Parts: sequence; C-alpha cells; structure tokens
Amino acid sequence: MSASDMHFSFTLQGAALQARASGLLWWADQRALCVSDLHLGKSLRPAKHGGAALPPFEVIDTLQRLGAEIAALNPETVICLGDSFDDATASTELPRTIETHLHRLQDGRRWIWIEGNHDPGPVALPGQLMHSLALGPLVFRHIATPTGSGEVSGHYHPKATVPTRARAITRPCFLLDHARVILPAFGTYTGGLASSHPALAGLMAPGALAVLTGPRALALPMPR
Amino acid sequence: MSTYPQAIDDWFHSRGWQMHPHQRQMLACAHAPATLLIAPTGGGKTMAGFLPTLAELAAGQHTGLHTIYVSPLKALASDIARNLAQPVADMALPIRIEDRTGDTPQTRKRRQRADPPHILLTTPESLALLVSYPDAPKIFANLQRIVIDEIHALAISKRGAQLFLALSRLQALAPGLRRVGLSATVEHPATIAAMMAAHPQNCTIINADPGPAPDIAMLPTAEAPPWAGGGAAYAIEAVMQEIKRHKTTLIFHNTRAQAELFFHRLWMANDAALPIGIHHGSLARAQREKVETAMAQGQLRAVVCTGSLDLGIDWGDVDLVLQIGAPKNVKRLIQRIGRANHRYNAPSKARLVPANRFEVVECIAALQAARAGQLDDDPPPTAALDVLCQHILICACAGPFCADALYHEIRSAGAYQALPRASFDACLDFCATGGYALRAYDRWQRLQQRPDGLWQLRDPRSAALIRQNIGTIQDIDTLKVRMKGRGGAPLGEVEESFAATLTQGDTFLMAGQIVRYEGLREMTVEVSRAPGRQPKVAVFNGTKFATSTQLSQRILQIFAQEDWRDLPAHTRQWLELQKTVSALPVSGELLIESFPLEGREYLCFYGFAGRNAQQTLGLILTKRMEEAGHEPLGFVATDYATLIWGLQRVENPGALLEGAALRAGLDGWLQGNAVMKRTFRASATIAGLIQRSHQGLRKSGRQATFSSDILYDTLVKFDPEHLLLNITRTEAMRGLVDFGRIEHMLESLGQNITLRRLARVSPLAAPLLLEPGRVPVKGAAQERLLQEETARLLAESGLASLSQTSSPAPTPPAKAPA
Repeated sequence: MSASDMHFSFTLQGAALQARASGLLWWADQRALCVSDLHLGKSLRPAKHGGAALPPFEVIDTLQRLGAEIAALNPETVICLGDSFDDATASTELPRTIETHLHRLQDGRRWIWIEGNHDPGPVALPGQLMHSLALGPLVFRHIATPTGSGEVSGHYHPKATVPTRARAITRPCFLLDHARVILPAFGTYTGGLASSHPALAGLMAPGALAVLTGPRALALPMPR
Repeated sequence: MSTYPQAIDDWFHSRGWQMHPHQRQMLACAHAPATLLIAPTGGGKTMAGFLPTLAELAAGQHTGLHTIYVSPLKALASDIARNLAQPVADMALPIRIEDRTGDTPQTRKRRQRADPPHILLTTPESLALLVSYPDAPKIFANLQRIVIDEIHALAISKRGAQLFLALSRLQALAPGLRRVGLSATVEHPATIAAMMAAHPQNCTIINADPGPAPDIAMLPTAEAPPWAGGGAAYAIEAVMQEIKRHKTTLIFHNTRAQAELFFHRLWMANDAALPIGIHHGSLARAQREKVETAMAQGQLRAVVCTGSLDLGIDWGDVDLVLQIGAPKNVKRLIQRIGRANHRYNAPSKARLVPANRFEVVECIAALQAARAGQLDDDPPPTAALDVLCQHILICACAGPFCADALYHEIRSAGAYQALPRASFDACLDFCATGGYALRAYDRWQRLQQRPDGLWQLRDPRSAALIRQNIGTIQDIDTLKVRMKGRGGAPLGEVEESFAATLTQGDTFLMAGQIVRYEGLREMTVEVSRAPGRQPKVAVFNGTKFATSTQLSQRILQIFAQEDWRDLPAHTRQWLELQKTVSALPVSGELLIESFPLEGREYLCFYGFAGRNAQQTLGLILTKRMEEAGHEPLGFVATDYATLIWGLQRVENPGALLEGAALRAGLDGWLQGNAVMKRTFRASATIAGLIQRSHQGLRKSGRQATFSSDILYDTLVKFDPEHLLLNITRTEAMRGLVDFGRIEHMLESLGQNITLRRLARVSPLAAPLLLEPGRVPVKGAAQERLLQEETARLLAESGLASLSQTSSPAPTPPAKAPA
C-alpha cells in the first residue's frame, strides 16, 4: 500500500484539502485538522432511556484514533464540526481519565467546538465554542446549507455502497462537489446514512464525488 | 387408577370411539408432578394431555386459571382452542378456554389478566410476557397443570430454556403445579424428561403404540435428476401424476425459496387446473390462513410447503407426503411422513424426490436410516446464559426480587440445575450495570439494589423496553412485500438483505407469482405483477438444515460400496464419472479438488465433518490463505465439503492443513471472524444489550443505528473477558465452530490427503456452487476489487475536474494538477 492511498487530494474554492482514509479532513496550508460527529458519550444514550448500558469504550476508542492522526499531522488548529458530544450533558459526564486524555490532545493547539444539533450550547471543556467558523475561502458549520459555498460540514454521517465483482461493499465516506464537502462521522458508535438518501442526493450537485474511508481513501462518483 | 367423570366416557362412546391405552394412562398419572407422553402423530396426543384437566374441571369447583397449554406455534394454539371447544361443549362441561398469542388483541389480553380462563393456550414467548407482569402472582395463584405440546421441538432449544425458566417461576407462584410434555418419537426420551421436570423431581414417561411402519420409497421419475441445483424441476411431471392419483398431497421443501420456485413450475404444468396451494412462514398471515382453511375443508389437492407445516394441525385427508430435496435429518423425515394419513393404525405413505444426484445418495441413506428406525441424536442442552439474563430482566419487570431466592428457583430448571453461583452473579451484574471492566456510569444502572437488598428496575420505562424484546427466536430483519397502488394486497415478507440487492425491474417469486420490484416505500417493498418473465429467485429466509452425523456416515459407506447396484442408473453413472475425473471421498482420507471457473480459483475440501466444522475449516483455511497472499474471496460450507474461491491458485493446499500451524493461535483469529460476530449478535439481543430493530426508527430516515459488529469489536479490544464474549465463545464452540470435529478429522487423517487438479468443476463439487449461505472474506482481495471498481467508475464518469487524483506523497498535499 503506498502512502498516497491514505488520502485523496482535492481543491475547494482554491483551498487544497485532503480527505483522509481515517475520515478526517486535513488543510495543510492552514495546518488545520477537521473532524465531525464524534458523538462522545453515545454509549450512555440507551441507558438514559431505560435501556441497557452499551460497552462504555467508544470514547476512548474514538480519542485513540483521533490522537493517532494528531500525532501524525501535528495540527495548529483542530475543528470539531459539531455533534462532538452525544447530548447536552455528555461533556460534563466524561470520566476523569478521559478528560485528561482529551486535554493532552488539546495541549498547545487552537481547539474549536462547532455547535451541533446534539450539543448546542456550552461545552464543559477547554476550547472555543462557535456556531460556525470562517477561515480563508472556507466556512465550517455542522449542517450543510443548500446555497453554501466553500462549506465544510458533517451531520449526515454519509456512507456509500459500491457493487464489486464479488459483493457490494458499504463504507463511511466524504461527499464533495464544487461548493461543499461533507465529512463522515468519526465516532466509534455512529451509524451512517446512504449517499442515495434524498437528503444527500438532493444536496449534492451532479458530478459529486464520494471518497470511501477505511484501509484506503478511494474516490468514486457519488452513488445516487 | 384415578376415577374420572362419566361424561368423558359417554362422549367417547357417543363418537363410537374407544379411549386409547395411553389416554387412560395419562388419566391414571394425573397426579404425578411431571409426565412425558411419547406418541406418533394422529394418536390423540393432545386429547390425552387435556383429559386430566377436563376431569378436574368437570365439577365446576375451580376458580381461575387451571391449565396452561404451550405450543411452539401460534397457529397451533388457536387451532387447539377450536378443537377443544367442541368436546367441552358436547360434554356440557363448565370450562372457559381462550388462546393468548402475539396476535391476540390488547383489550382481550388485559381482560385475561384480570379474569383468566380455566384453560389458556399460548406460546413460550407469550407465557414469558405474562410472567413479567406485576400481577403474575394473582394470575397464576390457582394454576394446577401445564401441558407442553411438541416438546421435542422445544426442549433442546433456547426457546425451551426460556420456557423452563418461566416454569421455575410458575412453580414458585403455584407450588402444586404439575407438568405434562407431549412429544413425537425421539431417540432419547429421558433427556427431554430431565429437562421438563422440576429438578430434582422425577418424570414419568408413557410410550404410546407407535403404529404400523410407514410406506416410504424414492419417487420414480422418467427423467434423471441434474448434477447440481435444488429445484427438482425434472420431477414436475411425475409429481403432477402423483397429485392426480391421490386425494391430498403435501409437498415438503427445505427452504421457502425452493418452495416458491417449485410451486411456480408446478402451476405451469397444471393442465388439469387442480387446486394447489402454497404455505410457508414468509407469507402474509391472511395468505396462510386462506390455504389452511381451504385445506381443512378438503378443497385442495396439494399444498407446497416448508417446515411451517412440520408441526400442528391434523389433516385427516392427506394420503401422500412428498419430500423434495434430501431430508437432512431422519427425525424430521419421520415427522413429515406422519403428516400423511392421520388415522391411527394406518401406514403413512411418503415418497422422496432428490433434487440432484448427490441428493439421490443422501435420500437412499435417509431411507436406510428410517427403515432401521435409527433417529438422530440431539445435542445435549446447556444452560444458556443469554436466556438467563433475559429471565432476570423479566423477573425485574414483575417487581423487586431477591437474588438468593431467584438463584435457588432457577436451579430447578432442567439445564440450569448445576449452574454455579458465580455465573448467576455475572448475569445479574450484566443486567444491572452492563458488567464492563470500566465502571464509570453507575447513576445509569439498569437494575439497582435497594437498601433492603432486593433488586429493582431504576427506570420504570425499562419494563416496556424489556417486554418488547422478550423471546429467543432470532428473526432476521424483514420487509413487507405489497402490490403497488392504493390498498395493494400484502403478499408476505423478504429479508432486508435480499431487498437491498433489488433494483427496479428485477423480478422474483412471491406467494406463487412472479412480481416485479418497483421500489421501496416507507419500508415496504412495492411490486407489480410481471407475467411470463423468468424470475430472479428470492433467497429470503434460506433456512439451512444440517445433515445429521449418522446420515453423513451412511453416505460415505455408500460411496465405499463395491458396486452401486442398489442406486438408480443415472446416479451410478454420475458416481463413476466422479471416480474417473477425480475421486470419491472415503473415510480416513481427505480429498481436495482444485479447479478454475469464471476467472476464479476454487478449492474444495471434502471433510464430511458436518456443516459447522466444515464452516470453521473454511474460516481457518481462508485466514491462512489471506496471510499467504492467496487472495481468497469467500467460501461456502455444507455437511460434506468446504468450497473456497479466490483470485489466485494455491500451489500446495495440503500445506494449509498442517496440524500444528492450524491449531496455533486459533483463539486469536477466531475473535475477528464473521461467525463469531453473528453469534454475538444473537446472544447480545437475547441478553438485552441490543434491541431488535424498530420499524419506527428506520422509517424516520435518521442515520441508521451502528451495527452490533462495532460493539463486538470494541468489547474484544477493551474488555475481552466480558460475559457476552464468554457466552459467544461457548456458543460458537459448541454450535457454529465445532472445533472438536475438526481436531478429530485432522487426527484421523494424518497424512492421507489426496489432491486432484481438475480442468473444470467435478460432478461432486457442482452442487456446492449453488449452495446458499456464502461467507465473504473481507481481506486483500476485497480491497483489490474495491480499488478496481472505484477507479473504473471514476474514469468512466469523467469527473476529473473535482479530483486531482491521489498525490504521490502523503504531505504536503498536491498543488493543482499539471
């Protein structure tokens, strides 16, 4: 496997970006790393509604994977594109060890929490809370807008299905056209929405690409 | 000898009947704490089970619930309600009888709890649900008897485990409760008896007269069966002739898809327009009931069916049973044969129709076994801990409970009699906290211990969730199929995974007609009529039966015969051809075939070790092939062989089997494979960790819930000793993995491996190509195909403007393309 398989390079409104096989977006010129839909604390969701407690290891697993990319790229800025926490109280409920782990990742970097629909309002952790962030030609927000331009967002947890000779394979993916890129969900306990769903098919312009995440970053025309 | 009311004797006389000896014995044993009756179909078994109840209720002294009848089938419960109502009315007995299943309306269910009937007819799942209500002590206070019908079909399964746990609860609420089991003929009645009695009590076993030997043989056909395939299309004409010669014929199939295909072909050949119906578990209830009613009224000349008619309703007019495809299991064959001629003391008539030439050998082996009366052994039941977790949650729904008392109680249930306290405590801890190594979230515990030591639900909403999830049957996610247009008729269900493979215009068979896939609307598959097209076969619910060990051994013995004079000429020639182009598998030697087909390289290992062991062999071998860079793509296992395909030819497949390397690190790789994940998903659902999918959630179009595979991977990584992983390993070892038989096979083989390189597929390997249940290998070959396919799609689309394609170096990112 060559190193080039590990990301897919493209430009959005003149900004040179990498959609990485890990599911993160890297803007090398700005040394900015972007991650979406961490959903930290999701394992507690069923238990809060009277259901079973899911294995509470998704936070540590998510942060370990994020940490590996931070160590590899050493970003100056980390932008979390919203739904970083599974609900409004999840950021206050993290175990002490997890908070320490997160602090280590944040240390010496500008850290931005974009508000999502799951986690509007303040975050009980260091970092800057914003509704959206404009940086150069790009704007970072949680949910894509139909008229947006140079827009980087998350929210939809896109995934794409590719029929191969052997079988159909489904993976979380980036979606990108000339106006926007939508990131896959990064959290360990997050599902996906098929790129063929009307919500996504309607949003993305004709000629949009999907970039599959996983062992390699593989681009293909967005399956509709 | 206990006395019983004159009214019962009078009723038998009025019908011109005599009470069967085993019915008298059941009355005589009425006071025994547990009784197991073994009787053939048509032997008045159900009546025998109810006679003591009728006798005790005749005086009209009893208030409240007296007898619970449990059947594995909903349809059977409501059928018995009707069949029992008649004699009760004839005898003018003051007895109220009602059924209660998943189909019973809510209002009636509520009324039944406040004012239960004397006799309640239900299923294991509905009974477990009743036990979960806080008013259970009141409902069951006067309960005297429980009658478990078709107990042979339940005893060794998880449904049985759930039923016996519920019985332990009932016994605590009604200490005088007596248990009765009704069973078809089984090889080891004592095993079932030990399961159903409250440990350590004894169970009386009553054996009814088994009746005359059945008339069974192969169905002669003009045309020879094909080499491969499961359709039995060649036999359509012969089957049609049999239908014409008999009053009513039941045509059994092993899978629903095969039943649909066969019905379709039969219908095309039905020049005389005979009334023929189809019945299987994927059809809409209304469709099934229509066929059942027509059958009961004697309007049908034949019914094409599956295991959905293995049990249940007695139809006196059936005079022929046809089994299409190899029977796989002698016990099931005997039971199906019993569906013909439900008159006691009349021999049943059955004919076997093999679908291909390999199945001819299988059928002959089954005939030999059936004639010898040699039934298959059942695996021993074990104390399923996932079912126990569900039982603990069910008890918590009913009210606060004491852990010591509950532990004591469940040890009276068959398989759980030797359960260590530590295992029980682990299950309780799992129900309460999740039982994870990381204990950070105590405020969200599901069960809490109160200051007085009793355990209770923290959140009352839990009870509703737990009740929704009661049951141990793993239903595959299915989608309803309906005709397009307003008020379109519901036809049945298909597996979600099957629906996902359809694109508009695809055709498949459903409810005996070819339908065209139009689209998915609100989680319903919409179809239209598509006359005269060749269908894409529906693979929904491709239930696979495993061939019993004894049948596999009999097949090897047939292969080893000096000559095959007792086989039909076409099969003889087929075996001789296999011998010429390759070889026949024999005991104590492993035959491996290697051949190319349609751009892939195939390897076939004839281990005859049973489906589970062959499947594990497939997992081990593909894992080793993956490591060696052979790029395997997938495999399929049957009871006899494992067929593996991939992108590269393997030069020395025998080396893959070297014992020491094969055993080394088994545990490590085992954790990552698909079979383990499938097992985990089933146990995690039963134990209450994950809910069965809710239609409502899927409808709303929200991001789908993540798969249980992720939970499995996380647990393996962070908490490998977790209870659910232990359960998964135990289940897989005894069920899907079956290591023991692989070890045994390898030891008995030694160096006796025969490799045959062939230019094309062999006669014996051909049926495997059409076998359902393929297991994908998610390795290098998949990555290569995915790369090829995405690159091709991208090139074809001309979408280069957005992409700069992958850069040659990881950082810094590429600038604009040259």
